[in-house]
Amino acid sequence: MEAFTTHTGRAVPLRRSNVDTDQIIPAHWLKKVTRDGFEDGLFEAWRKDPEFILNRPERQGATVLVAGPDFGTGSSREHAVWALQNYGFKAVISSRFADIFRGNSLKNGLLTVVLDQKIVDALWELVEADPTAEVTVDLEAREVRAAGITAPFELDENSRWRLLNGLDDISLTLRNEDEIAAYEAGRPAYKPRTLQV
Amino acid sequence: MGRTLAEKVWDDHVVRRAEGEPDLLYIDLHLLHEVTSPQAFDGLRQNGRRVRRLDLTIATEDHNTPTLDIDKPIADPVSRAQLETLRKNCAEFGVRLHPLGDVEQGVVHVVGPQLGLTQPGTTVVCGDSHTSTHGAFGALAFGIGTSQVEHVLATQTLPMARPKTMAITVDGELPEGVTAKDLILAIIAKIGTGGGQGYILEYRGSAIEKLSMEARMTICNMSIEAGARAGMIAPDETTFAYLKGRPHAPEGADWDAAVAYWKTLRTDEDAVFDAEVVIDAAELSPFVTWGTNPGQGAPLSAHVPDPASYEDASERLAAEKALEYMGLEAGQPLRSITVDTVFVGSCTNGRIEDLRAAADLLRGRKVADGVRMLVVPGSARVGLQAVSEGLDVVFKEAGAEWRHAGCSMCLGMNPDQLAPGERSASTSNRNFEGRQGKGGRTHLVSPQVAAATAVLGHLASPADLTDVPAGV
Repeated sequence: MEAFTTHTGRAVPLRRSNVDTDQIIPAHWLKKVTRDGFEDGLFEAWRKDPEFILNRPERQGATVLVAGPDFGTGSSREHAVWALQNYGFKAVISSRFADIFRGNSLKNGLLTVVLDQKIVDALWELVEADPTAEVTVDLEAREVRAAGITAPFELDENSRWRLLNGLDDISLTLRNEDEIAAYEAGRPAYKPRTLQV
Repeated sequence: MGRTLAEKVWDDHVVRRAEGEPDLLYIDLHLLHEVTSPQAFDGLRQNGRRVRRLDLTIATEDHNTPTLDIDKPIADPVSRAQLETLRKNCAEFGVRLHPLGDVEQGVVHVVGPQLGLTQPGTTVVCGDSHTSTHGAFGALAFGIGTSQVEHVLATQTLPMARPKTMAITVDGELPEGVTAKDLILAIIAKIGTGGGQGYILEYRGSAIEKLSMEARMTICNMSIEAGARAGMIAPDETTFAYLKGRPHAPEGADWDAAVAYWKTLRTDEDAVFDAEVVIDAAELSPFVTWGTNPGQGAPLSAHVPDPASYEDASERLAAEKALEYMGLEAGQPLRSITVDTVFVGSCTNGRIEDLRAAADLLRGRKVADGVRMLVVPGSARVGLQAVSEGLDVVFKEAGAEWRHAGCSMCLGMNPDQLAPGERSASTSNRNFEGRQGKGGRTHLVSPQVAAATAVLGHLASPADLTDVPAGV
C-alpha cells in the first residue's frame, strides 16, 4: 500500500447522500480481474450527464471528493475504492461512511475523512464558489485545511500508523504466527470443515 | 456483567488482543465467489503465499452465471473469463469449488447454510456484503473487501475493531400475510440506511423466535441495508433442527458437544446493548420500497411520500431525486404502481420457503398480460427441491419463467436485467439506481407481494387477490 502523509488538491463537491457502491462502480465493471482500469466506470451513469459535477471543466484534475452523508453504502466491492483511486482521488470527505467501504479505503491508502456535516457544508460552499480552492488533508496533523477552514478529524492510531507507513496488513498479521497456531490448536473438533483432512 | 450474543462469539475468536491494536479474530469459514476473489489470489501469488486453511474455505459461482442454457459456453466473454479465473485459482491453490452445473452450486449465502457449514457460534466471512445472512444461525458473519479476502486466505484471521451492539426487539404476532421481508424492510425504514452503522444487530423477541430458519436468513441478510455489517439471531431448537443431518453438521459425540456449546450462545439477562429498537409485530403490514435506497419504503397501503414533508434537507433532496429516477408522483397510491417485471430469487428470498409462498399464490392463476416473471432458485439444490414438489410446473403454468440458480437479476451481472425505464417488483435486497440494469426501477417486496403483483400487474398483496384460482 502506498503511504499517505498529507495531500493538497482541488476538490469536487458531490451534493448527494447515500451514494452507494453501485453508483460508484456499476456491477458490470466487476467482471474485471485486475485492480486497475476502473476509472471510466466511476459514477458511470451520472457521468452520462454533461452537467454532472465530475464532467465540469473546472473540476478536471481534482483529487479530493467532498460527499454527502452515508457515502459508500451497499455492496462490499473494493472496486469502488479502486475506481476512485484510478480516477485520481486521494481522499474522500463525508460526515458518514458505510463501514465496509471505509475499511476497504483505508486498506488501499485512500484516506476517508469523517467531518461534521457543518464543515462539509462549509467545504461545499468554498469549492463551489471557487473551483480553484485547494483543500489539504493532513494525516500527520489529523487536520483538514482550506481557506478559512481548519478542521481536526479523528482516525484511530493503528489505522493512522499503517497509512502513514504504507504497511501491509498481511505481513503485520503474520508476525503473530505463533498466536494463530496456538489458537488453531485449541479449536473444538465439532467446528465445520469444508474438506476431509 | 453479562455479555451479548455478539460479544460471546467475538470473544471466542480473539487470537490476539493488544493495547492500541484491533483484535485479531479467527475466521471459521471463508466463502468465495468469482467477483471479489481474483485480485486476492493474485496478491497471494505475488507474495508467494498459500491458502492457510483449505479446510475452512469453499468457493462457488453465482454472480455472473447465466440462468438459461447453462450447458452452453457463457456468451459474455468477460463473464466467462472471470469464471475461468476462479476455476484456475481454485485448481492452483486447492480450494473446493462448486462450479456452474454442480449440484451444490448456487448463491454463496444459500449454499453455506444448506451444506450445514454455517453453524452457531462460528465466524463467517465472504467478499460480499450479504454475508450477514449467516447470522441467522447465531454466527458472527460479515462481508469483507478483496484486501480482506486475501488476508483471510493467507492468515485465516482478520484484524477488526469490535463494533457496538444493538438489540432489535420484535415482540407480538406478525399478522397473516406479513413476512420476514416486510419486517426487515420496516426496520430499515425506521432506523435508516445508516442506523446500524458501527453496530452488530441482534434480532430478538417473541416474533423472531417463531420464525423459520429461512425467514431468519431473510432478516439477517438485509442487516447491511441498515448499515450494519452483521445481524444475528440466537440459536435455538429451530436452528438445531435445521442443521441436524446436513452434510457438514457435526455427528455423534461432536453433535452433542456442539449443541451444548450452541445453547450457551444467548445474550445474558444482565447484558447491556449499546442501543435498542423495539418493534410491535402486530402493527406491521406488507411493506414495499418506493425510492432508490432500501430505507425509502412504506406500507403497501400508503402513498408515495411528498419530498416537501421531510424536515432534513439531505433526506428531502434524496427523496426528490428518488421520485425523479423512479418516475413517481408524490401522493400516488403505492398500489397504483404498475410493473413490467417480477423477480423472485436472490440470497434474500431465493430459498425453498420463498418459492413455495410464491407458488401457493400462483397456483391456478396467471401472470398478468405484459408482465414478465422470473423465478430463480437460490441454489441448484433449492431448484431440485422445488421441482420435486412440482413448483416449477406451477410457475410455468402461470406464465412465469423458471430458471437455473444464481444471483441473476438481483444485480444484473448476467443477462437477466431490466431495460432502461423498466420497473420491477423484486424480492431482492437493493433498489439502488441501475442495480437491476441501467435505468431500471426497482421496488423491493416479499415473495408473496411479488406473486400478487405478478397476477394483478400492479403492486399488490395476497389479500388483493379476490378471485378464485382455477381448479380450486
